[in-house]
Amino acid sequence: MLVTERLRLHDDIGAWVAKHGATRAALIPVLQEIQRSYNEISEYAMQEVADRLDIHPVEVYSVVSFYSFLEAKARGRFVIRLCRTVSCDMTGKDRVARQLENDLGIRFGETTRDGNFSLEWANCLGMCDQGPALLINDQVFTSVTPETVHDLIQACRKSFGPLAVQGQKGRTH
Amino acid sequence: MSAVKKGLVTFAAAVPEEGLKAALARPRSEVIAEVTASKLRGRGGAGFPTGVKWNLAAAATAPAKWVVCNADEGEPGTFKDRVILTEAPDLVLEGMTIAAWAIGAARGILYLRGEYAYLRDSLEKVLARRREKGLLGTGILGSPLSFDVEIRMGSGAYVCGEETALIESLEGHRGEPRNRPPFPVDCGYRSEPTIVNNVETFACAAMVLAKGAEWFRGIGTEVSTGPKLFSVSGDCREPGVWEFPLGITIAGLLAAVGGEGAKAVQVGGASGRCVPAAEFGRTLAFEGVPTGGSIIVFGPRRDMLHVAENFLEFFVDESCGQCTPCREGNAKLLEGVRMLREGRCSWAYLQELQKLGEVMQLASKCGLGQSSPNAFLSIVEHFRPEIMGRTAGGNA
Repeated sequence: MLVTERLRLHDDIGAWVAKHGATRAALIPVLQEIQRSYNEISEYAMQEVADRLDIHPVEVYSVVSFYSFLEAKARGRFVIRLCRTVSCDMTGKDRVARQLENDLGIRFGETTRDGNFSLEWANCLGMCDQGPALLINDQVFTSVTPETVHDLIQACRKSFGPLAVQGQKGRTH
Repeated sequence: MSAVKKGLVTFAAAVPEEGLKAALARPRSEVIAEVTASKLRGRGGAGFPTGVKWNLAAAATAPAKWVVCNADEGEPGTFKDRVILTEAPDLVLEGMTIAAWAIGAARGILYLRGEYAYLRDSLEKVLARRREKGLLGTGILGSPLSFDVEIRMGSGAYVCGEETALIESLEGHRGEPRNRPPFPVDCGYRSEPTIVNNVETFACAAMVLAKGAEWFRGIGTEVSTGPKLFSVSGDCREPGVWEFPLGITIAGLLAAVGGEGAKAVQVGGASGRCVPAAEFGRTLAFEGVPTGGSIIVFGPRRDMLHVAENFLEFFVDESCGQCTPCREGNAKLLEGVRMLREGRCSWAYLQELQKLGEVMQLASKCGLGQSSPNAFLSIVEHFRPEIMGRTAGGNA
């Protein structure tokens, strides 16, 4: 990690700890801020958070590894999470999954080499009556079909619409 | 009255702050008595009597108490809380404020699942508006009550819908359920008395205070009172959120949503039970088939073994890993379902799997583990001819 990046992380974490309070209860909100802005929670970040909250870094790691929306390894600028649960399964999530893999050239659990996209499974997004559903970062898309997958990916690539705001907050690769 | 209707019917007709005004005009004990008299039971699925919970928290002596709204709606097939938080968020916050008055709490937390992060901005706006109108903050509506609510986000863990895991998560820990007792009403968030109620429960409580326990008891059955929202998905013509009085039969629900001819219905999501067509005369109620509201309809051509496999993959993924029956049991059941799919499971081994399922129901630490084998067990019980003796290739 570059020294400048460490400094930025140091300052950001300081600001977030000040905002949420230097207590154990602030741990997850602070980690969520790091995840949102940096697309990953690096070992350096975990150590920094541990120092600020006066807990062992292993405690921080145990929390990061528990929650599926917190991730120790770098994720793409756009994280696509396709619902794999039964109602979306019945409306054809397997075909959407296949098309996502084809169009992005990666499998589920992987990130594209340009660092733009990660593909993950999600458990029930609460859109069971409008499946198949997927999340792209914080935004939900419903009734996705294999043909519309391409449009969604293109929209991300061009960073059109509300996604542009989400994407540009992310780390540039 | 609560007829069979699509969407939020009762909640949409609520007069803003009618329940809160009624509550603040009465002493705490009477508010709790009204909720108790309504026989309102928890809408998240477990069905614990709300009045009893509030009473226990009110009786606890502590410098601070907490009102927590469980909006970690993760049960597969459930989405009614999302719709309530979109269409009637004020009613939920009104219910939380009434609860704060009833138990003597000054602070509340709305625990919103990470998958619903897109709802956060609108909910923050609702909170801000309520603060401006004096419905949150110091001296609410001129009463001695001071109460405010903050939103905390989940991070994609189904188990955090379990109330003690939710509290662990709020405290900055892994979402691993605690041993109970002590219960949260005595020792919850920050070891202080805490009530954790579902989104729909708070909305119902506000309606009870507005319209009276008598009105609420007039809907539903003797044991299961009130209207209930159902999240309907799967093979039916009109999926979506529906409101029915508790006590409706499964057949009655299917007729309303256009799901006639279904082969089976999963009631209560992944942790619920699979009800075959022969039992569609059973009622959806705490004394019948209990549910938090998830209804997944399976048409005649659905492969029930595939359904069981999907649910078990879910539980293998979402088990917190803390206790052995749940962590290892779900992995073994999933392996067994795959053996069935490949036609490699003997009758004797299937019996072993069923026994394992019963052990998990008895020996798991929390509701997740205890209920995780339900879908598998009910599918094995009702669809044995369909799942046994499969030939290579996997399909029946």
